[in-house]
Amino acid sequence: MRGHRGQLNGKGLAAPGVNGPGMSSMNADETSKAGALVVSGLCKRYGDRLAVDDVSFEVHPNEIVGLLGPNGAGKTTIINMVLGVLTPTRGRILIEGHDLISHRVSALERTNFAAVYAPLPGNLTVAQNLRVFGMLYDVPDLGARIDEVMRSYDLLGFRDTRCGVLSSGEQTRVCLAKATLNAPHLLLLDEPTASLDPATGREIRQKIREFAAQGTGGVLWTSHNMYEVEEVCDRVMFLSHGRILLEGDPRSLPREYNKATLEDLFVAVAREPLSLASQGEDGQL
Amino acid sequence: MNPRRVRAVVLRQFYLMRGSFSRILPVFVWIAVDMVLWGYLTRYLNAVAGARYNFVPALLGAVLLWDFLTRCVHGVTTTFLEDVWSRNFLNVFSSPLSVSEYVLGLVCSSVLTSTIGLCAMLVLASSLFGLSFAQFGLRLVPFVLVLFLFGIALGIFGCALVMRYGPAAEWFVWPIPPLVSPFAGVFYPVAVLPSWMRGISIVLPPSYVFESMRTILAGRSVSWSVLGASTLLALLYVLAAGWVFRYVHHRARETGLIARYSAENAG
Repeated sequence: MRGHRGQLNGKGLAAPGVNGPGMSSMNADETSKAGALVVSGLCKRYGDRLAVDDVSFEVHPNEIVGLLGPNGAGKTTIINMVLGVLTPTRGRILIEGHDLISHRVSALERTNFAAVYAPLPGNLTVAQNLRVFGMLYDVPDLGARIDEVMRSYDLLGFRDTRCGVLSSGEQTRVCLAKATLNAPHLLLLDEPTASLDPATGREIRQKIREFAAQGTGGVLWTSHNMYEVEEVCDRVMFLSHGRILLEGDPRSLPREYNKATLEDLFVAVAREPLSLASQGEDGQL
Repeated sequence: MNPRRVRAVVLRQFYLMRGSFSRILPVFVWIAVDMVLWGYLTRYLNAVAGARYNFVPALLGAVLLWDFLTRCVHGVTTTFLEDVWSRNFLNVFSSPLSVSEYVLGLVCSSVLTSTIGLCAMLVLASSLFGLSFAQFGLRLVPFVLVLFLFGIALGIFGCALVMRYGPAAEWFVWPIPPLVSPFAGVFYPVAVLPSWMRGISIVLPPSYVFESMRTILAGRSVSWSVLGASTLLALLYVLAAGWVFRYVHHRARETGLIARYSAENAG
């Protein structure tokens, strides 16, 4: 997926890989082939405030997509809608072709997530948490799978330790073990490396890259660490005021908008989204 | 309905109780205190009243059955509150667990804890104060069933309140059984209540249980149809409470309250 040309979105111009209105008529087989996640025309309104405004995008299998934007841009709102804990005002979410509204269970069975603000219950041990969530996700051969993810995330030594007494890095590893327990086809990560030291952060990024490379899962990742986004993501989408403003390869996108680094581009999106939008439109025209 | 997901909710509660003295103790302590307190009170009343009336089955029996209902309410709500206390809503409700599976898991957890509580109360009350339910015969089955169903309904309704009004609404849950008890005629006949309170008693299934209990102790017979109707009424309360919980959960997903639960109000 690397090498996408940066595209403007949210102003009537569809980015590559982003479905237009015709997408909603695709059948399950077609959408399953098309993407781990297909989001089309997604809106969320809180009273008069439009938190997410007509967002459409896709996450392909084996692809890591970064969802970037300043605080309040709508990243977590989108993640929450894809997780099924927030009902969209309008739009459609398909997870491997399974509509999240009409086939909630089959869609969520293919999904999992880890977020810095959603630690696992601290009063259960690592093994107990993984067993309970493994049963919730109906993971087959659960005992063996728990051993596998514990080994993978270097948690065997913490099997009978309560999660609440683990360090931030260890808790993040437990959350990721839970998030990969059901070998999800769509993994949602909301700032998974926030508050981690650089060494642990690097380890976690490596694990996520391995996850995306080995299985058939796609990853939707939010982060404020542009260094890690550039290192990990195949493609990024910049959100501003609930709309996708830019989309492309994190390594080439800054140059396309005359910025030195991805962080500079991030700051520009946060401070002057309108000028970037017009710049993008000029580039397109 | 996936039974494995229901078992996961129960297993979580089992893990928590197994490893926590502070969770196991309340299952036994409060009922033991109630049995001892009311047991000696009934013994004293028996001494004062002489052989004219036996207060043990009338008062201690009523306390025991009402405590069972309270255990059922708390069995459901504490399992739910564990998710509130550990801020686990996002993890739980983003899983494939359906609302029905979750609620059934709460109910099954309550069955386990309330049964343990009931057994402990029976052992205490019978060994220390000679309480026996033998005179109620098979009618004890609908008595227990009605109280169980109504306790479950109150528990689910309490969970809906906490989900709607946030973690602080936990304080709505604990007083629910004491609030209902004056109307249910636990310790006195419904006939002594003023008419407006009797109007409420009529729609409370436990009031039929305690009225029937006193009727049997007075040597009169109780119609099975009354007990059947009160069981159906209690079942209706369970269905209504389930509907309320489902509605509140649906609204919480619409407003974003589940995702921002600690804010207590999505508005």
